[in-house]
Amino acid sequence: MALVLNQEQQMLKESAQGFLSEFASITELRRLRDVDDDYSPELWGQMVDMGWAAILVPENHGGLGFGQVGMGQIVEQSGRTLTASPLFSTAILGASIINLAGSSEQKARLLPAIAEGQLTTALAVDESGHHAPANMSLVADKTASGFRLTGVKRSVVDGHSASQLIVAARTAGEAGDSRGISLFLVDPSAAGVTVERIPTVDSRSVASISFDGVDVDVGALLGEEGDGFAALSATLDIANAHLAAELLGICSEAFERTLQYLKERRQFGVLIGSFQALQHRAAHWWSEIELAKSLVLKSLQALDDGNLRAPALVSISKAKLCEVAELSSNEAIQMHAGVGMTDEYDVGFFAKRARPAQALFGGYAYHGDRLASMSGY
Amino acid sequence: MTDLQVFRDETRQWLEQNCPPSMRSPINIDGSQCWGGRNAVFFSDEQKLWMERMAAKGWTAPTWPIEYGGGGLNKAQAKVLREEMGNLNARSPLDSFGIWMIGPALLKFGSDALKKQHLPPIVRGEIRWCQGYSEPNAGSDLAGLQTKAADMGDHFIVNGQKVWTSYGDKSDWMFCLVRTDPEAKKQSGISLVLFDMTTPGVTPKPIKLISGSSPFCETFLDDVRVEKNQVVGEINQGWTIAKYLLTHEREMIGGFGLTDAGSQSLAEYAVDALGITQGRLANTLLRSDVIRWEIDAAAFAMTAERVTDEVKSGQGVGATSAMLKYYGTELNKRRYELMMKFHGNDAMEWESEASNEGWLPRTWLRTKGNSIEGGTSEIQLNIIAKNILGLG
Repeated sequence: MALVLNQEQQMLKESAQGFLSEFASITELRRLRDVDDDYSPELWGQMVDMGWAAILVPENHGGLGFGQVGMGQIVEQSGRTLTASPLFSTAILGASIINLAGSSEQKARLLPAIAEGQLTTALAVDESGHHAPANMSLVADKTASGFRLTGVKRSVVDGHSASQLIVAARTAGEAGDSRGISLFLVDPSAAGVTVERIPTVDSRSVASISFDGVDVDVGALLGEEGDGFAALSATLDIANAHLAAELLGICSEAFERTLQYLKERRQFGVLIGSFQALQHRAAHWWSEIELAKSLVLKSLQALDDGNLRAPALVSISKAKLCEVAELSSNEAIQMHAGVGMTDEYDVGFFAKRARPAQALFGGYAYHGDRLASMSGY
Repeated sequence: MTDLQVFRDETRQWLEQNCPPSMRSPINIDGSQCWGGRNAVFFSDEQKLWMERMAAKGWTAPTWPIEYGGGGLNKAQAKVLREEMGNLNARSPLDSFGIWMIGPALLKFGSDALKKQHLPPIVRGEIRWCQGYSEPNAGSDLAGLQTKAADMGDHFIVNGQKVWTSYGDKSDWMFCLVRTDPEAKKQSGISLVLFDMTTPGVTPKPIKLISGSSPFCETFLDDVRVEKNQVVGEINQGWTIAKYLLTHEREMIGGFGLTDAGSQSLAEYAVDALGITQGRLANTLLRSDVIRWEIDAAAFAMTAERVTDEVKSGQGVGATSAMLKYYGTELNKRRYELMMKFHGNDAMEWESEASNEGWLPRTWLRTKGNSIEGGTSEIQLNIIAKNILGLG
């Protein structure tokens, strides 16, 4: 497949760009920060109206089946505007894992609800500060009527606001085994569930969720018992491809704002963009973003095509975007200098959102190591 | 069946019948590719046969018009030919600066007479070309070149010195930038002229590089007679063609960052040299370096692919050749630095059977030139900053 957007994808990108810059700009981020909210339900409602919650939902379940490349265009734009919404936790994570693991009854019940914006989800995977999905130890012990969950999940995106938790738990094996992992649909208001909201550096929040002997019935099992890792892993690939897309948006916006600043700011009687020291750094930076663009598109296309190399391509993409995002967000601050350190200027916000997006579901080190392991070294 | 499918079937059949067995593997000895020319060196009879058969079809220059000896293929057909050659692992039948550089420039800027004179011998591999661009005092600042062409009515008399002439001592003709108007401002007084290297007064002298090899010459030009009908395009308008050729050259050199299909990846090379411990490359610090390199190399390869696809579909401006040249050559340098590290002390052997006569350290040293020739990395960054980012 040619490494370019088709006409529909291009249109989606443009409409996302228009909508987000008008209704969900960094000004909106500042407003949410002031009122201590993570996202605006009204804005999410508008996104649902535009069909964004339905993009990854198959058509036979009331969705658009528009694919990862299409969704990636929206996510990339949301990186530019630093827009927080349930798009990631629900329309990407929730829709994907239910579609990949769910029974036909579960899909028929939950997917249309996601597409219509009636259901928000949160996927609970990690238990320590470092992403290591096979290492989970939260247990789901068999009971007479179902399972009992005991353990703690951390860094759960939208974990305090979602109406439906999806929890990866161990029904067999030990930490480190990819077998023996099962997925459960858990009601956040169930007895024994304690959700703690923890504000994060990006003015958003994550949840630490304790499961203190939480009883669920057999129907809560999403997919087969002990067999959840494949769907989880595939969902994490989709998630990382979109986190890379978000990081690309962050990189591009930070770069463009900085380039503009180089053309406005005067020192020593000249525009600072006339200094070769800054020109060469800007040119190198631009080159890195060009490489990043290719990877983001390629990995999204690979997911849509069912390419067997998709997991490797996703890890390459996420790893590279982590590095380019670090470069971009840091250069943006350094080239803006003093004002780049102020809260009044937006440009420092890109570093604050980039780092959580980098770390979530594995940063450079995780994905570099994963790539090498997949390639036999 | 579409026309293109018919073409594919016929091409496959023809290649199957005409590509000699020994030409169906990657080139394994450095410098053993076919360069053609009056003094052509063929490493085997099959190599000669392969060049001649492909040349007879015009497929040494597949997209050039048939009237100039080319294959007359459209872009889609040329792609099919490349793909079918790739499937067969077929070697390039002829490598030449004629095909890569002056041929495309003549097609774009040359008169019909010049095209008729020069293109067919390039296609047939009869004439080997070299490039006379840089001078001792005009490297990065190419437009500062001082080689003078004095107007003698129907001809010029050229005096000066060129440097970094690739294979100047093995070539038959030179395309050369000369100053035809010493009064005009820098870029305005330059012309592109063509002359035979056997013309009296042309003296190429090989330059020995730190790698030990001599792929370049300095070329002295003393009272060299050049006919006026050998000027490409208009007199004093040569800079436009020079820039076109420089862009072309950047695209070529930028490809250095790409690993050839079928050849070993850096990771595989590292595994062979260092071994595996508990499923991982034995040296963990070098493993990190290999990972970083493989990620960047994959990103670079996909970017080359994306740029091509964008041009084809008419989307965007595409990343320019300056970026590909900059990134590709820096990537290639990193690759060889790592390969040296994988072998430690053994990598230093310059003359020994075990080291294949120092193949690795010689190649490593040669890569240092990648980010210099065809415009240094710093010049590429200047081009990006000025032309793409608009920084003055």
